[in-house]
Amino acid sequence: MITAGIDIGSITAKAVVLSDDRMLGSKVAFSGYNAQQAGKGIFDDLLKELEMDASSIEKIVSTGYGRNSVTFADKAITEIICHGAGAYYLNPEVRTVIDVGGQDSKVLTIHSNGTVKDFAMNDKCAAGTGRFLEVMARAMESDLDDFGPLSLRSGSPSKISSICTVFAESEVISLIAKGESRENIIAGIHESVASRISSMARRVGVKEPVMMTGGVARNIGVVRALERALGVSIEVSEFAQVNGALGAAVMAVNL
Amino acid sequence: MTDTDKEKHGKKMQSDGKMQKIMTGYYIDAKTAGETGKKVAWITSGGPVEPLIAMDIIPVYPENHGAMIGASKMGADLCQKAEEMGYSGDLCSYARADIACSVVDGGPIGGLPRPDMLVCCNNICGTVMKWYEVQARYYNVPLFILDTPFSHTKYTDEAKRYVQRQVEEYVTFLEGVCKKRLDRDRMEEVGRLSVEAQRLWQAVLDTAMNKPSPMTCFDAFFHLALIVTLRGTQTAVDYYRSLLEEMEQRVADGIGAIPNEKYRLLWDNLPIWYRLKWLSQKFAAHDACLVADTYTSAWCMSLRYMTDEGNFLDSMGEGYARAYLNIGVDEMIKIVLEMVDKYDVDGFVMHSNRSCKPYSLGQYDIQRAVQKERGIPSVIIESHMVDERSFSESQTETRIDAFMEMIGQKR
Ligand code: SF4
Repeated sequence: MITAGIDIGSITAKAVVLSDDRMLGSKVAFSGYNAQQAGKGIFDDLLKELEMDASSIEKIVSTGYGRNSVTFADKAITEIICHGAGAYYLNPEVRTVIDVGGQDSKVLTIHSNGTVKDFAMNDKCAAGTGRFLEVMARAMESDLDDFGPLSLRSGSPSKISSICTVFAESEVISLIAKGESRENIIAGIHESVASRISSMARRVGVKEPVMMTGGVARNIGVVRALERALGVSIEVSEFAQVNGALGAAVMAVNL
Repeated sequence: MTDTDKEKHGKKMQSDGKMQKIMTGYYIDAKTAGETGKKVAWITSGGPVEPLIAMDIIPVYPENHGAMIGASKMGADLCQKAEEMGYSGDLCSYARADIACSVVDGGPIGGLPRPDMLVCCNNICGTVMKWYEVQARYYNVPLFILDTPFSHTKYTDEAKRYVQRQVEEYVTFLEGVCKKRLDRDRMEEVGRLSVEAQRLWQAVLDTAMNKPSPMTCFDAFFHLALIVTLRGTQTAVDYYRSLLEEMEQRVADGIGAIPNEKYRLLWDNLPIWYRLKWLSQKFAAHDACLVADTYTSAWCMSLRYMTDEGNFLDSMGEGYARAYLNIGVDEMIKIVLEMVDKYDVDGFVMHSNRSCKPYSLGQYDIQRAVQKERGIPSVIIESHMVDERSFSESQTETRIDAFMEMIGQKR
C-alpha cells in the first residue's frame, strides 16, 4: 500500500511517501502564506521527483497547523499523534518524543504500541521554539545553520535569563555590546531553549529512550543542551524534520 | 441510531427562554433601584448573599456582569481601557472589565447600577479585596469585607469563631446602611430557600450522570446565573425545579445534549466566555460531551457543611469558608476525583486561566493526580475567561484535536 503524509508547519511544509513500510521519498519546502498551495505544491513536487502519479497514492493524511487546509487529504490528524507515529516507525522502543518546530514545541510520551499517552505543548509564546532561535540568529547576525557547531566550542555559556523572546533579544544585544564571545552567547541561547523545553518535558515525565524531532533537532547545540538539562541521551534521526509527515503517512496506512 | 433519533438530540432547552426573562427582569429591577427606593449592594460571587435578600437589598454581581461582558465579546476593549487607566494586564479580567466599565458605562447593559454598599468575601481570591477597595473609593460607598481564612484541609474552631463573629458584624453593617433591623425569621426563610435552590441545582447537575447526558457544562454555565445572583429567593427555587423537571424528562425520553455522545469529559476552571459556542461545537464534533465541571458545582458545595439548616445564619460560615477556591490542592483533588467517578468521564479538560490565579495554581498537581489515580487523559488549554486577546484558536484547536485523538486511540 502506498500512502503519503503532508505536514504544513508554520515555516516549512514537509511531505513523505511511504510504500509498505518503506520510505520512498521526502521533501521540505517553505510554507509561504498559503497553506493550501503549500500542501499541493510540495505533494506535486515530491511525486514528480519520485516519478509517480497522484493516482498511485492510496491514502493521504495531513498534519501540522495547516492540516485542515489540505483539501485533498483523506484525513487531518494533529501533529502530536503523527510525531508519535513517526518516531515509533523509526524506533519502536522510543517512549518520549520532543518535537521542536517553528512556532511550537511539544513533548509526548508514547505507549509500547505507539499510541500517545500524554503530551504538553508550549503556551502561547515563542520561547522554546524555532522562532526564538530565528530571532536570536538575526540579533547575532549569524546563520542559524552555524549555531549548532559554534555553540559546541563555547567554554562557558552566557546566562540568558529572560523567557520572553523580545527581552531575551535585548539581553543578547547587550551581551554582544559587552564583548561576550559569539560561541558563549549562542550556547547560552541554546540553554535557554533547553530549559524551557525540559520543564515542559518533566511535566509529562521523561521516559527513555528519548527522540527529538522537528526542524530544531538539526541543531546539535540544542540537542546537547537538552541532554544536559534532562540528564538523558537523545537520539535524532536523519528524518527528524520530516517526522511529522512520516507519521502522517504511517497513520494513513490504517485509515 | 436512526435519523429521527439524531434529530431529537442536541435540542435547545425550553428553560433557556425562561432564564433570559428572569435575568432581564432582575437587571431592570437593579437598574431602576434608584426610582423604587431599593438599595443595591455589589457582592462577590462567593459572598453570602442571603442576608442581603433578607434585608430586601438587590444584590448585584460584578463577576456575573463580567461573564456577560465576556460572552458579548466586549472584554478585550474594556480590559484595554483598564490598562490605559493604569491597571496591569496581569490582573483578573473580571476586575479589569468591571473597573473600566464603571468609568465608561460600557458593556452589554450599559454598566451596572450604582452601588449603595459593597460586600466582599475573600473566599475566592485576594484580588477581590483590592478591586472592591478601588470601587468603594470610586463610588464613595461603605465596604464590608468578610475575611474567610484559607481552609487547607480543616475548618478549625478558631476559624469558625472568627468567621462567625464577622457574620454578626456583617448583619450590623447592613442594618447600619439600611437603617433597619434584620428580621431573623425572614432570614431563616431566605436561608431555607437558598439551601433548597442549591439542592435543586445539584440535582440538575446530577442528571448529567445519565448516558447520554441531557446537558453539557455549557448548559450549566448558562443556567448557573440564578444560583449565583438570586440564591435565597423563591424565583430561583421555582426556576431550578422546572429546569430539573425538564432535564428529567429529557432523560426519560433518552435525549442527549449532543447528537452522538461517545466520550464524556470533565471541565475545570471558569468558562472561556467569548468562545462557548466554538468550544461546544468543537467537542461535539468529536462526539464528546463535557458532562460536568468543577466551576458550576461550586455553588452547591456548601451543602456539604450545612449542619444546622434551621439556623442558617450560624451555620453558613463553614460552607462559605470552604469554597472550592479556599481549600488546599489535596482537597481539590478529592473533589475532582469524586466527580471523575460520579460522572464516569473519559477525559479531563483543564482551562489554565491566566485571569484566575487561585483556580489555575495547582492545576498541574491536580492533573497529575487524576492521571495517576484514574488513568484518564487530560489536556490544558491556556486562555483568559474574558480577555479574548489571549485566546489562540489554532493552538487551542490543535490541543483539543490531539486530546480527542488520544482518547480515541485509548479506546
Ligand atoms: S481572580 Fe478568579 S476568583 Fe478572583 S475575581 Fe477573578 S475570576 Fe474571580
